[in-house]
Amino acid sequence: MTDVGIIGVGIHPFGRTEGRSGIDMGIYAVREALSDCNLNWEDVQFAYGGSDASGNADTMVKQLGLSGVQFVNVKNGCATGGSALYAVASTIKAGEYDIGLAVGFDKHPRGAFNPLPEEWGLPDWYGAQGYMLTTQFFAMKIKRYMHDFNISDLSLGRISEKSFANAEHAEHAWRRSPVSLEEIMESPMVNDPLRKYMFCSPAEGGVALILASEKKAREIGAPFVKLDAAIMRTRPQGSFEVFATSVDNDIDGSATRLASQAAFELAGIGPEDFDLAQIQDTDSGTEIIHMAENGLCADGEQEQWLAEGKTLLNGKLPINTDGGCIACGEPIGASGLRQVYENVVQLRGQAGARQVQNDPRVAYSHVYGAPGVSAVTILRK
Amino acid sequence: MNQDLTGELPHLVLSEDGSYYLQGGHNEASGKYVFPLMGGDKEFFQPVPLKREGTIWSFTVQRFRPKTPPYAGPDDFVPYLVAYVDLPGQLKVEARLVDIEEDDVEIGLPVELTVIPDITGEPGSVMHAFRPIETRAA
Repeated sequence: MTDVGIIGVGIHPFGRTEGRSGIDMGIYAVREALSDCNLNWEDVQFAYGGSDASGNADTMVKQLGLSGVQFVNVKNGCATGGSALYAVASTIKAGEYDIGLAVGFDKHPRGAFNPLPEEWGLPDWYGAQGYMLTTQFFAMKIKRYMHDFNISDLSLGRISEKSFANAEHAEHAWRRSPVSLEEIMESPMVNDPLRKYMFCSPAEGGVALILASEKKAREIGAPFVKLDAAIMRTRPQGSFEVFATSVDNDIDGSATRLASQAAFELAGIGPEDFDLAQIQDTDSGTEIIHMAENGLCADGEQEQWLAEGKTLLNGKLPINTDGGCIACGEPIGASGLRQVYENVVQLRGQAGARQVQNDPRVAYSHVYGAPGVSAVTILRK
Repeated sequence: MNQDLTGELPHLVLSEDGSYYLQGGHNEASGKYVFPLMGGDKEFFQPVPLKREGTIWSFTVQRFRPKTPPYAGPDDFVPYLVAYVDLPGQLKVEARLVDIEEDDVEIGLPVELTVIPDITGEPGSVMHAFRPIETRAA
């Protein structure tokens, strides 16, 4: 099969941009990505893209150019970006096309998400009685995890402290002012044990990635970051995931564990080879759990890792180098592609003051969401 | 195979002795339980009353008012406790916790099923919750 990689990246800053639609943010990101690799829209042979709540990606051809290009819409919840990326990469690997676009964008109103039960296969009472909140689930998952593996409240704070510190140096991030550990630990409780500064917020943003075969990248002289794996998985029996009205007695496995293991097998490398990672941090507890679910450390090791600063920019394995969802916010359709964007920028050595040192060569990304979907990538230069 | 997948069975059932139970589903071959028993689940699960007593497996406090829709509670919001309750040998179900102060809740606490007035305010309508099992003095 053909090797595939990323040759162009573009991002519309995350956060809030009054007066600009989600799809316009997607278009902005596509233009940035094309400019990044000196291509024109007409050079793009096919595209996959999507948003969760901001409309059909393919309508952006009206602004980008009516070239007749094949453009498939993707709607896969939090895995929308990851699924688009998978589809583009697979098509190029199969040899059908040489240059493709993956794009994701979204623009959510303020406050927590308000999904409707019938769209998620759930009874009406589950929403009506006040159970259908992602924050509630993540709080209960980390509460149990902290009990089982001796994780302290302070570790929750340390994650957020790192996120805001990293985001100060990321132009595309939303919340770019450092917040002290004390302020985080004293911020109002939202869903115990998680406090205000420990949660990400629904937000706005767009990300576009131009992918190409290695041969084509050489032909056009574009920088090539190889995509060793792009995997999406749904939940297995016995996992404990968002919007679980009930959970099996024997909890075992998760969508994240399935996706990460499949990616390691496909790429032939594992966590010990990673120089940096972007993992889903819907809140600081989620980052802690996902450190283990992705195999980056063992269950319970997070306490020591965080105390020793192992996931800081200058640590052994920097995690969420642009501040992650906590500092960038979460536009669902764009979030997973932001992680890949950040990894490409880091592997190219273009991350400025947040650059991971010692010439990183392998980068991992992981996105997760309701009702138990996960998408991961492994990039190598 | 039961191909009648229409309709949602009641998740909270009033039994003849006047007490309530949660109705889940059970698959004898796999030993798995599910709650509630949705239409699509009926292909694999038989209706079964769930245990009334269990222990708290995890919990949180819902401190902000969920958005409407889907939330149907009153505008005047009071934070509430939510837990996953481990029903031994069956499964864990998500439910509200009542009759207990936040600071007194802990993982492993024994609890039992109860009902509280439905937050939608519909007269006579109730919803399920769990409360601590009283430790009665001898």
